[in-house]
Amino acid sequence: MTSTTTPFANTELPTTFLALLDTAITSFHRIPGSAIVTRYIRSSYQNDPIRSLVELFLVIFAVRYLLAPTYSTKKVKNVPLTEDEIDELVEDWTPEPLASEETEWERLENEKRPVLVGGPVGARVKLAGSGRMVVNLASYNHYNFASNPDLTQKAITTVKTYGVGPCSPPGFYGTQDVHMKSEADIAAHLGVAACIIYAQSFSTISSLIPAFSKRGDIIVADKAVNFPIRKGLQISRSTVRWYEHNDMEDLERVLLRVVKEGQGKPLTRRFIVTEGLFEMTGEMTDLVRLVELKQKYKFRMILDETWSYGVLGRTGRGLTEHQNVDPTQVDMIVGGLAGALAAGGGFCAGTHEIVEHQRLSAAAFTFSAALPALLATTASETVSLLQTQPSLIQTLRENIRAMRAQLDPRSEWVRCTSSPENPVMILVLKDQHVTDRNLSRQEQEAVMQDCVDEALAQGVLVTRLKSMPAALGVNARDAQKEWQPRPGLKVCVTTGLSKREVEAAGRVVRHAITNVMKGKKWQVQRGQ
Amino acid sequence: MEDAPKSLTLFQPPSPAEAKRIAKQHAAFGPLGSKQHLYSSRFEGTDFPEPVEDEPPYYYLITTYISYLILIIFGHVRDFFGKRFRQDHYRHLQEQDGYAPLNNDFDNFYIRRLQLRINDCFRRPVTGVPGRFITLLDRTSDDFNLSFKMTGTTTETLNMSSYNYLGFAQADGECADAAEQSIKKYGISFCSPRADAGNSELHVEVERLVAEFVGKEAATIHSMGFVTNAAVFPALVGKGCLLISDQLNHSSIRFGARLSGAVIDMFKHNDMVDLERLLRERISQGQPRTHRPWRKILVAVEGLYSMEGTMCNLPGLVALKKRYKFALYVDEAHSIGACGPRGRGVCDYFGIDPNEIDILMGTFTKSFGANGGYICGSKAMVDKIRVTNAGTIFGESPTPAVLTQIATSLRIIAGEIAPGQGEERLQRLAFNSRYLRLGLKRLGFIVYGHDDSPIIPLLLYHPAKIPAFSHEMLKRKIAVVVVGYPATPLISSRARLCVSAAHTKDDLDRLLAACDQAGDVLQLKFSSGIAGGQEPMHDGLVNEDQEEIRSCLEMGGKPAVKAPRWRLHEILKRGVQDVKKPLY
Ligand SMILES: Cc1ncc(COP(=O)(O)O)c(C=O)c1O
Repeated sequence: MTSTTTPFANTELPTTFLALLDTAITSFHRIPGSAIVTRYIRSSYQNDPIRSLVELFLVIFAVRYLLAPTYSTKKVKNVPLTEDEIDELVEDWTPEPLASEETEWERLENEKRPVLVGGPVGARVKLAGSGRMVVNLASYNHYNFASNPDLTQKAITTVKTYGVGPCSPPGFYGTQDVHMKSEADIAAHLGVAACIIYAQSFSTISSLIPAFSKRGDIIVADKAVNFPIRKGLQISRSTVRWYEHNDMEDLERVLLRVVKEGQGKPLTRRFIVTEGLFEMTGEMTDLVRLVELKQKYKFRMILDETWSYGVLGRTGRGLTEHQNVDPTQVDMIVGGLAGALAAGGGFCAGTHEIVEHQRLSAAAFTFSAALPALLATTASETVSLLQTQPSLIQTLRENIRAMRAQLDPRSEWVRCTSSPENPVMILVLKDQHVTDRNLSRQEQEAVMQDCVDEALAQGVLVTRLKSMPAALGVNARDAQKEWQPRPGLKVCVTTGLSKREVEAAGRVVRHAITNVMKGKKWQVQRGQ
Repeated sequence: MEDAPKSLTLFQPPSPAEAKRIAKQHAAFGPLGSKQHLYSSRFEGTDFPEPVEDEPPYYYLITTYISYLILIIFGHVRDFFGKRFRQDHYRHLQEQDGYAPLNNDFDNFYIRRLQLRINDCFRRPVTGVPGRFITLLDRTSDDFNLSFKMTGTTTETLNMSSYNYLGFAQADGECADAAEQSIKKYGISFCSPRADAGNSELHVEVERLVAEFVGKEAATIHSMGFVTNAAVFPALVGKGCLLISDQLNHSSIRFGARLSGAVIDMFKHNDMVDLERLLRERISQGQPRTHRPWRKILVAVEGLYSMEGTMCNLPGLVALKKRYKFALYVDEAHSIGACGPRGRGVCDYFGIDPNEIDILMGTFTKSFGANGGYICGSKAMVDKIRVTNAGTIFGESPTPAVLTQIATSLRIIAGEIAPGQGEERLQRLAFNSRYLRLGLKRLGFIVYGHDDSPIIPLLLYHPAKIPAFSHEMLKRKIAVVVVGYPATPLISSRARLCVSAAHTKDDLDRLLAACDQAGDVLQLKFSSGIAGGQEPMHDGLVNEDQEEIRSCLEMGGKPAVKAPRWRLHEILKRGVQDVKKPLY
């Protein structure tokens, strides 16, 4: 190149453009450091034009890399309208009310929701309204830890050292030493490398699943998984395949199909998601078989132990301990601290890699305040109690047996779908009675509500198994296709009652069911 | 102290135990230095102006891009060689034994190559009360931030990071005492969702107090703010509905929005013109493909944006709402307690009747020092939500200590307990927010957000300055939050300072001094003066040309302003009086 100071001097460009260029150049010269850049470009260009070209490409590539949107933004085609037409349409549009009117059933639900007064949850609670003490078979307070004097004293000490809330998400100075300790305690209890604590048990798995499974990944899930798992699946946008509830043969069939379909395509992440003890049916998973299958077909496993951690196994480690499975074979163990452990929050345990990944990518962990310190210390304490006092769990088991003996097979009307070790007993109407009376879902719910009311009148608090709220705006036909648990009663066993008291309470529940089923309202000849 | 014999000396030093107790108290909540350090702010008028956003010189933005470019190139080069020569370090990113990698190489790149470098600025473990001061557990790393070792020592730092706006994070005082009594009476947890047996008189009481405080008919509460949003959107909107969300809304709102199945649209942050354009287009076009009219339209915004320090333009939204008939949802996570002369959030700040807004949501994690979230609305709507949202049905119920903390702090703010204390907290927060913001503006920093916001983002731009600023502050025993991409746009990395009523003016002066030094060392003073903080006029009055500057900017012009670079002692001298005027 010949040496011209102003490279555009002899070209025949329009003058306005030249003027513009001139200002551009002068303003460029005003930027500090511009002289160096110019010198650099000029010298490099003279030495090696190819190199400058390559560098230019690099810069363009970099700019594109930085500015590229993460997804393409499609433009939708609109009907062309004039402003007046739009005004008219705006004028005409009337929205539905934001919340529709309560149904009668919903109104009753609000009205009948029990309100505890005067003291802690325990084996007996006082209810607002009647002001009566009733036996409490409705809380997950299986070990009666909630008002244990030792634990409450320790919780108070924590409040007097840490205050109540941590006022920050974990990433921004919200991680307190007590959280780190609880995480270590739980990981040690389970026998895995690491653990992460979320501020709410319900939020844990819905955030965890989308942190790992993305669009294009495949999740094989049990048909009866609980609500938060379903929401996690929905957020993840992964391809979901269902297998029949607790049916390992069907699972194998589905796994095989997924593997077959995946042949020749790039490998995507594959997960099996199921529960240890099912929230909605109380049944137990065959983990031994599940681990076999997962290893055979190379799936990762997310096991929701919210209802089994602290309950199953000799020291409450959950399903892995109960079925003698090495916990490191389960990739992610998810558990809750808000039930039997009487604290709050949920956790996920696994390898360091799995845990650390969630700290940045699980929305409910990253974008929410940390767990209050007093709940973290309580969790540490109760986990240690379970390990040091296995008699607690044995007592619970005895009470479970005593309760079960009163209900199933003793009751003529209901059967218990829960596994024999589950302190949450789910009672559903026997099929025969449902067909005899030709009961719809809603009617079965009503039967159950009547049983709850009747038991309460006899001084025992139990609850109905709540069905999963349907998505708004979905038509009835699609809603029918959604899996729902069978309407049922939930009876929660606690060590706060002696064996005799458990039996007495169980009897009350059984008789209440009988009274309802034999009563005028639900007799066989109803309406004929 | 009352029973002690009357002493003749006027001053008696407190006993060591007493002195220790007071020191602990003051570490959580500083004593008020002077009655001058109080202020109360509300917005008057109808047009809520957007804050003027200053920009650094052009070369600075370019070098910021170049820094990222270098980081990215370096990262790729390191990966290129690493993947060949140190394969075990990359095993988790590769297919292994028939399993697809858990992390995408591409997604993980940012974490591996950019965030890891500054990992020591995040998740710093702490102990004790996150009050005026916060105690960090010291840690070191031998492997470039891959893992940390605790040294066993602690450092007490000035806490500019927690969302402790009203200073209720305390281990003693009314709230902690009440929480103690509550644990004694009600135990630790209710061990049940609210729909089963986790519902107590405490819940009913807190709901009543919250509804009254917010100014709505009814409220329902949850044990987590995130889930409050995640569960309530599906209970309000669904198929056939449109949800319009501010572009910068919190992750929990997006989470709930996606769960709901409604069509989701976004408008530019706080841009009412863009929102109106969107509304006109969407209402006139109807639902996609079918062109049926929308069943409902819900516009969701936040009261105070936690990364920007901006408040929503509530007067603008209410005006649009009247015309376009959409339902309005305001997430007051950060604004409840922190905004308005009575701490009742953005409605209070703007003097707008809360009944103009359909749903006011908020959290207890911030101003109230507790945990959880609430939804306020008409009684009919709240009753409906109670039975249709999954958080109440399956989520665990808030615990007794948390509920009592909420109830007590609400009562303090309302003046029912310890009259005068709540008001002082509110006024200290308002003063502190403005004082710090004005000081930073005058020092020459670029800060974002509205002047009354207790969240003050201080712009750093350069990726290298993110950790540098954090370290400079830590050296001076100040804990700050720094954020960069992807939480912010690529170029506008920032430090986020959260002001609290627990801070004293001296604390803020200490922070200003530290920022002054760090700003010089790191070259962070870039403001051009268009956003305020200007030199005083010759007669000592504050410069009141801001209106002209603003209108000039709106015309697309370039106002002639002098870049403010005040000396620290001038700022400290004039701060208290100038804070009470517009922060020009
Ligand atoms: C706007 C907004 N909404 C909701 C939340 C979630 O609240 P919580 O921390 O109580 O889960 C936050 C918290 O960071 C927030 O900023």
